[in-house]
Amino acid sequence: MENTITFTTVKYITLKGGSENISIYFETDGGESGFAPFDSANRHYQAILEWVAEGNTIAEAD
Amino acid sequence: MTKAAELAKMGEVLTNSQIGGRRNIVINGGMQVAQRSSSAVTGIGASDGYFTCDRWNFNTNGNSAGRLTMSQASDGPSGFANCLKLECTTADTSIAAAERFFIEQKLEGQDVQQLKKGTSDAEKITISFYVKGHDSATYTVGLYEGTSGRKIAATFPVTTSWVRQTVTFDGDTSGVIPDNNTAQLHLRFYLHAGSNYTSGTLGTSWNADGNTTQISSDGNSFFESTSATFFLTGVQLEVGSQATPFEHRSFGEELALCQRYYQQSYAHGTVAGTATNTNRVIRFVDATQSYAGHWIAFKTEMRVAATGTPYSPGTGTVNKIRSDSADHPAVFGQSATHGMHAYANNSSIGTSNGLNLHYKADAEL
Repeated sequence: MENTITFTTVKYITLKGGSENISIYFETDGGESGFAPFDSANRHYQAILEWVAEGNTIAEAD
Repeated sequence: MTKAAELAKMGEVLTNSQIGGRRNIVINGGMQVAQRSSSAVTGIGASDGYFTCDRWNFNTNGNSAGRLTMSQASDGPSGFANCLKLECTTADTSIAAAERFFIEQKLEGQDVQQLKKGTSDAEKITISFYVKGHDSATYTVGLYEGTSGRKIAATFPVTTSWVRQTVTFDGDTSGVIPDNNTAQLHLRFYLHAGSNYTSGTLGTSWNADGNTTQISSDGNSFFESTSATFFLTGVQLEVGSQATPFEHRSFGEELALCQRYYQQSYAHGTVAGTATNTNRVIRFVDATQSYAGHWIAFKTEMRVAATGTPYSPGTGTVNKIRSDSADHPAVFGQSATHGMHAYANNSSIGTSNGLNLHYKADAEL
């Protein structure tokens, strides 16, 4: 992948504070933030999966 | 051009099936659409991103110290109201080997099947564009195909006047492009590169030689001085060996094409995070709720389920949704290609409040 995203925060979001993960909140060192869906063709979700493959862990929801 | 030459060219165009609608595969080649910002964005250089004109990505690596300002400018050639303008604000004349930046448009595999790449019938590809700069310079334009890693490139000159440049690449009989919705063909304008990308002989025929033949070593660096500028518009990529006139499409057509990849509630050109009620999404809450929300129906079907970012219209604060007089924590939950769900996250919204929201939705390649 030739686009690089450096994450500073990555954590799950649950539906109404329950146990079902519905999206992943992220922040980047470029000042970007958002809620990424679990869609394998979404560029942010792809980057998060690569970040996880590098040994990082997605934080549990608050 | 003589009449005979004109007829010969016309015959070639007809033979290549270049007459007819929808010739230009590039989206927003005329730089009309700039949803994220129609004003200048400063300090670009440290991170990749889409900053002004839709579909045109700034891609960098190697940590160059060079910085630039990007804008949608009105200084286009005759017939073009808009162009993409780059201005160098911090020079970088000590180019490390791994440095590189380019402006690119990524194209979905399903949108370039007509190139017949990877088959014995592979079509020639012609790229045309209008360009100018602050001084005479040479840069590299190229195609990169992601699945097989194959690429091809050519140099082009820039002068202080608008000139239409044309490059025709042979069809590539290797490297079939998958018929899907992911980034497959990349059209790139390389403007700065270190030796990791320039140490080989420029690959002017399709190759999978790796990075060293990607960019010409004879080219200039955009970051060579703070007087450097680069203007681009009228970008067209079409099947065939001739550059046909630029295919002008209406603003509405281009906007809808761009919104497959990015859309926002803000008015066109308004930066996300601006405090404004214009174009906000609103509904009324009839009873106290802790998870009051909106289902946002997208203006056009997006490429994939989108990444959503909410903003308070009242303050412009990110990750907030606004009642009549206060911001509340907000999240985007379920997202689909046709819409997404935003709601106040366990924060009480009182009876008879408005629930106000701005958003951006990103399904970029």
